[in-house]
Amino acid sequence: MDVIENIKRQIADNPVILYMKGTPDFPQCGFSGRAVQILDKCGVEYAFVNVFEAPEVRENLKLVSHWPTFPQLFVRGELVGGSDIMMELYESGELQKLLAGATKAGERQD
Amino acid sequence: MSSRVEQIRERLQGALAPLHLEIIDESASHAGHAGAMAGGGHFHATIVSAAFDGKSLVQRHQMVYSALGDMMHNEIHAFSMKALTPSEHPTTGNL
Repeated sequence: MDVIENIKRQIADNPVILYMKGTPDFPQCGFSGRAVQILDKCGVEYAFVNVFEAPEVRENLKLVSHWPTFPQLFVRGELVGGSDIMMELYESGELQKLLAGATKAGERQD
Repeated sequence: MSSRVEQIRERLQGALAPLHLEIIDESASHAGHAGAMAGGGHFHATIVSAAFDGKSLVQRHQMVYSALGDMMHNEIHAFSMKALTPSEHPTTGNL
């Protein structure tokens, strides 16, 4: 399957998805680790892709997101940002609201 | 003075005409980490620009990444930033 189409489908199919270096249990970069900590504090379930295990995603995600670094968080199909923006939105309480809205919407569809 | 910081400064000044621009090279504190060993630096910047007016956080960061362009491939491993409009920045906003 076309890599770009595959990435777009991943983003569309998962209400919350984190593209990261390593896994939530073993993040392999401080910035990805910070993203995981923030999502954990929000108590939300999320999908993740370890870009070290998916080199084609690592190479091509930037063509979809126009964002050159990892981690990258997508909520309901939209790029929220990297760990700086996640922290900023978490501190202002906006991230919690955004995530609560996204996971509720996911439940309704089920 | 790191020439990479100067290069970053030039690109951001050209693209965003910032009223305030502070770039800190944090590479030393990440030495030994995989990304750092590949040669990419870690930087933190505070950028205050009127170009960010009316833009979301994602859009602002995308504007900065786009200004940095190909530096994001090799020279820069991580670029952490605060992208503020003049009215969001306490000192610049009062000028």
